[in-house]
Amino acid sequence: MLDFVQQLVSGIALGCVYGLIALGFVLVYKATEVVNFAQGDLMMLGGFFAFTFIGMLGLNYWLGFAGAVICMALFGMLAERVVVRPILGYPQFSIIMATIGLGYFLRSIAGMIWGTDDLKIDTPFSQGVLRIGSLVLAYDKLSVIAATVILCGLLYLFFNRTTLGTAMRASSENMLAAYYMGIPVKRVVSIVWAISAAVATAAGVLLAPITFIHSNVGLVLGLKAFPAAVLGGFGSIPGAVVGGILIGVIESMAGFYLPQGWKDVAPYLVLLVVLLLKPEGLFGVHTRKKV
Amino acid sequence: MRFLFKTDYEDDIRLMPHSGYLVTYGVLLALLAVAPFVLSSYIMSQLVFVCIYATVGVGLMILTGFTGQASLGHAAFLAIGAYTAAFLQQYNVPFPVYFLAAGLLTGVVGALVGFPALRLQGIYLVIATISFAFIVEEILARWESVTHGNEGMRVKTMQVFGMAISRDSPTFYFLCLGFLILTIVGTLNLLRSPTGRAFVAIRDSETAARSMGINVSLYKVKSFAISAAITGFAGCLFAHKLSFISPEMFTLLLSIEFIIVILIGGSFSLHGAVLGAIFLVMIDPLLTYLKDDLPGMIAGVASTFGAGKESASHIQDKAAAIASANGLKGAIYGLIIVLFVLFEPLGLYGRWLKIKLFFQLFPLYKRATFKRQKIYVKSERNR
Repeated sequence: MLDFVQQLVSGIALGCVYGLIALGFVLVYKATEVVNFAQGDLMMLGGFFAFTFIGMLGLNYWLGFAGAVICMALFGMLAERVVVRPILGYPQFSIIMATIGLGYFLRSIAGMIWGTDDLKIDTPFSQGVLRIGSLVLAYDKLSVIAATVILCGLLYLFFNRTTLGTAMRASSENMLAAYYMGIPVKRVVSIVWAISAAVATAAGVLLAPITFIHSNVGLVLGLKAFPAAVLGGFGSIPGAVVGGILIGVIESMAGFYLPQGWKDVAPYLVLLVVLLLKPEGLFGVHTRKKV
Repeated sequence: MRFLFKTDYEDDIRLMPHSGYLVTYGVLLALLAVAPFVLSSYIMSQLVFVCIYATVGVGLMILTGFTGQASLGHAAFLAIGAYTAAFLQQYNVPFPVYFLAAGLLTGVVGALVGFPALRLQGIYLVIATISFAFIVEEILARWESVTHGNEGMRVKTMQVFGMAISRDSPTFYFLCLGFLILTIVGTLNLLRSPTGRAFVAIRDSETAARSMGINVSLYKVKSFAISAAITGFAGCLFAHKLSFISPEMFTLLLSIEFIIVILIGGSFSLHGAVLGAIFLVMIDPLLTYLKDDLPGMIAGVASTFGAGKESASHIQDKAAAIASANGLKGAIYGLIIVLFVLFEPLGLYGRWLKIKLFFQLFPLYKRATFKRQKIYVKSERNR
């Protein structure tokens, strides 16, 4: 029984990691209907920025964290301006390809600048564990869970309660109509990319003690976070986190109870089954096409 | 300029609309036929890869370009074809039999993937095909009694009717080329048949297609099966060309390469699949060539612009260091994809059409002819 609880808790911690990255996917999709395949790579880049500030320049952890988030928010805006804006309004497939290309590019460039070794950041959460009874939970994982909950809550409120959030939802529904209503669509899209890059950076920095930072971390984790976003129903913020936690728990359970090899496949099998039964994901909204 | 005067429906779907086609393709075929006796063995080997990639490209084009179903799982179909061939070859099954088996089995798997894919659209379909590819990759790595797991499998030299065809021989090249041509002609015929027209109708509007009486599910599954089968056949040739296969060759990156083939070539045309394959395979030798020669060239340019001998050699060293940096290839890859999407959305074949039209209409060419319309009102969610 204890094993089960321990697996469950570590699965949830792992799932929050996926959820945190999936949040970035969902943000961009929710506001612009663009699937950003470079999301994981933005996270990787954020981690490298934080490493530069904290590990190389010797800044305070929180200062470095903030610096990386700001830099990456600007970088997100730049990426949006250069890669996404010219093809906004074209078929989704083009944009997916463009972001895949962007991901390739960022991975190689990061590998060339920061090398191919695993890098590490010293964080206040690096050491120490929390013990509840005989349950053991490391602080670094707890920090990820806390950050996921906080960010998810903030973003949910942002999208549903603020004017800017409403403007974002409007422009995703129908850019032209939103523009006629006086919403500065281009600026809205820009801001969304900045926010999503900032969230990705937060994920990258918090993950640094767990997964380390290397140029492929974005690809590996991005490919896990992507099913999480789909499982929750692309476009739903709580869905992304629930999807992430589900994937994390399934993975950790499969790794513990099933023979070797199931761990990597189980999340995808579950995803396929869910998509078969509910093609729009767990929290997706089912809509009919108007002809 | 030539005006085609069509008086009959047959004129509209003819494979060769006018005699000019016969000349151009005849010359092209003749050139390809003499290629093995002229070109170096390295280039020939790359040409074989071009044929295989182009075959997969044609297969993917049927599914993605003509039926509008995106797939990032074609590496898995290629893997199934390759492993079927390698497995059957162990039991001394003759080549024609396991070649057919590879294609047919992959086609059946493709149809099985097509069924669940019926309810999925857009991004959900992409992730479903990615999931499928991951599962296949994992099965290949774990099912050791059949696939030998991560150790991989050796593929023996091909034996056709008692004749050994080595993977570097011109005969192998002709085999791959022949299969590519067969696939292209077959696909062209498919596309002008009711089935092909149904595919295009589904791509353009599923609802409209359904209301015209097209059985959307049936044709989607058909499209998946045909596309997978072609990829499976290519997989068999791929296995022979590499002579060794292991699961890590068939990853998501390979699927992305196939998508790049049709993207760079230009979706919606078979020419595009071939051009894209040529581009993707030939970029490797080109990059290697540039890596060796570019630093010297840059230094030469620098010295003609008045840089001293010392600073010129310094520049040369710097350029060489950048050119040999790890992962430069990935960066160039990424850059090419982004640039193509941004500036040449119709791909290489689209560029060729533009150039052709420019000369046909010489003083009257308008750039706006090929301008695509942006649609700001669509929402994929309501589709």
